[in-house]
Amino acid sequence: MTAPTMTKPAPDTARSRSGERRRTARLVATLVMSAVALAYLMPFVLQLATSFKTDPQAAASPLGLVPDPFSLASYRQLFSGAEGVAFPTWLGNSVFIALVVTAGRVFFDSLAGYALARLRFRGRGLLTVLLISVMAVPGVILMIPKFLVVQYLGIYDTYTAMIVPLLVDAVGVFVMKQFFESVPREIEEAARVDGAGILRTYWSVVLPMARPALITLTILSFQGSWNEFTHFVVTAQSADHATLTTGLAQFVSGGLGAGTQYPLKLTAALLATVPVAIVFFVFQRHFVRGGNAGALKE
Amino acid sequence: MTTVTATSTSGTDPGRHVPSAVRRRSRREGRQGLWGWAFVSPMVVVLGLFLALPVVMALWVSLLNWDGQSNPFSGAADFVGLDNYKGLFADQGLTRTLFMTSLRNNLYYVLLVVPLQTALALGLALAVNQRRLKGKGVFRTAFYFPSVTSSIAVSTVFLFLFQSSGAVNSLLKWVGIQGPNWFTDARGLVWVALGSIGLVDPDSPPAALADHGALGLSWWDWLSGPSVAMCTIILLVIWTTSGTFMLMFLAALQDIPEAQLESARLDGANRRQTLRHVILPALRPVLFLVITLGLIGTWQVFDQVYVMSQGQPANTTLTPAFLSYSLSFKDAQYGTGAAISFVLLAIILVMTGIQRFVLRERDGRGRRRTRRTAR
Repeated sequence: MTAPTMTKPAPDTARSRSGERRRTARLVATLVMSAVALAYLMPFVLQLATSFKTDPQAAASPLGLVPDPFSLASYRQLFSGAEGVAFPTWLGNSVFIALVVTAGRVFFDSLAGYALARLRFRGRGLLTVLLISVMAVPGVILMIPKFLVVQYLGIYDTYTAMIVPLLVDAVGVFVMKQFFESVPREIEEAARVDGAGILRTYWSVVLPMARPALITLTILSFQGSWNEFTHFVVTAQSADHATLTTGLAQFVSGGLGAGTQYPLKLTAALLATVPVAIVFFVFQRHFVRGGNAGALKE
Repeated sequence: MTTVTATSTSGTDPGRHVPSAVRRRSRREGRQGLWGWAFVSPMVVVLGLFLALPVVMALWVSLLNWDGQSNPFSGAADFVGLDNYKGLFADQGLTRTLFMTSLRNNLYYVLLVVPLQTALALGLALAVNQRRLKGKGVFRTAFYFPSVTSSIAVSTVFLFLFQSSGAVNSLLKWVGIQGPNWFTDARGLVWVALGSIGLVDPDSPPAALADHGALGLSWWDWLSGPSVAMCTIILLVIWTTSGTFMLMFLAALQDIPEAQLESARLDGANRRQTLRHVILPALRPVLFLVITLGLIGTWQVFDQVYVMSQGQPANTTLTPAFLSYSLSFKDAQYGTGAAISFVLLAIILVMTGIQRFVLRERDGRGRRRTRRTAR
């Protein structure tokens, strides 16, 4: 009986005190989180700052955030393609390959995904099982095998070898299959009963419905082919076929004056990051969705 | 509306014209079969030619002594049976020493990366998911952004950050620590730590450890822990992957029914109790998933090694994936390179097998939703 009377007068002050404490806690939490977020982004900030520095300055003040003098030398050097850094070639190859691969993946992945989800044909079950087992093969394991097959087919060091194997992506097919299975059948069945053929139903009824999934697939395909490295390492070697990833990797890891030229290296890396960064910030929720729903196995 | 009635009339066809209906359906299925195969044929060709066939070919090459010059399928190839595999495990020699070194390096790498990235991702997810936190989207973006960038580009950045007079060592100097020469420091972390408290002298290892060993490596080398150079790769990978895994944890956190949290609160549970008895148990399936994906990914580390160290210093950042590549393309030992690929595959399969087994034990209700990261 005494307890309630004891606490009765308290609430007013207690509430305001706890409210104050809560506000402080929130402030502290936000500050701590901001510090962690800053630590996460700091490498990119330093990279950006260093890209505008001169070599001596980058070496003297690696933590300096304000380039002084402000220099565009590394950008100019990259685009003039001097000193064995064939940046324009790398960029051209990366853009070309990423565009073709993205278009191919969106088209072929959705075709196959639709067939596996909807069309009844012999061998469908087996193909689905094979698809899932192919997805489980770790990518790095395939390096030597891919080289062997490309060599065997006589297409080593060609665009064909760099592009064709990437045109279909097992995970992408699976994502599209899952998507088509999740949309109601009625609409396309109605279209078919109305006399539309399978191809026409697919093209003008099914695909327009699949827009959100197609956007996600486009973005993930672009990101994947833009950042692709191991496949290009084992399927091509000449300087003409270097992409941003293989060219940059060779430039950075090769002993071309280790420890120097950091503004140049970081600028090249920065420019290789920018397209994906733009796509990421514009279409972020698709990244989030793709990262999460990537694939649902079993 | 017309389409709906069309469906219903054809659907309620009372079967008066059974033969023709059957014929029509079978014809339609025949057409579907044709279209079905037409639709999947690009997938079958590409995945068959560049995924399935290569694996079979590589399995064959792993049984050959092949230098990449001749046609390995002509019959003229030098068939050596399981010699390449023996060279990795049984026969004394440079190949085995290199392979065992790479296994040791990768094992320590896995032991550090998987727990750290999982814990960090979970911590970030819990922090970002806090109801009172403002600007969640900004934080989520900041933590996730490193994951979407090119591994080659961020490895370049880390090379710059960790150079001997670079940003990291400048920061360390501020707090009075003389940073190491990161990329040339082959000392094992275990011996550095024990050396700093005076237990062992890293420069003159005790004979008991240095003179005896197993599988081509001395005990001193086996027990060294990751080298200082390897730590840069470990830090880089934790930084890039934690964002992806954070998103998975976040999705699972948002799946927890609000009512469950509310009832815990009404029962008088404080925040820590809620975390321990409601939130963490609900996260268990995702936790296992994140660990599985971590185990699969960490055994494949290649890009970062290629850019940052090429296996150096003193082979302490050599990984099986990189060894397989360099043996094949630099030393023209394709048979051994292919054999390493299959050993790596076996390791990964065993890891995921164990993981699945544990998962089945703990989570027998069959909620086996597996998610994969975008590559």
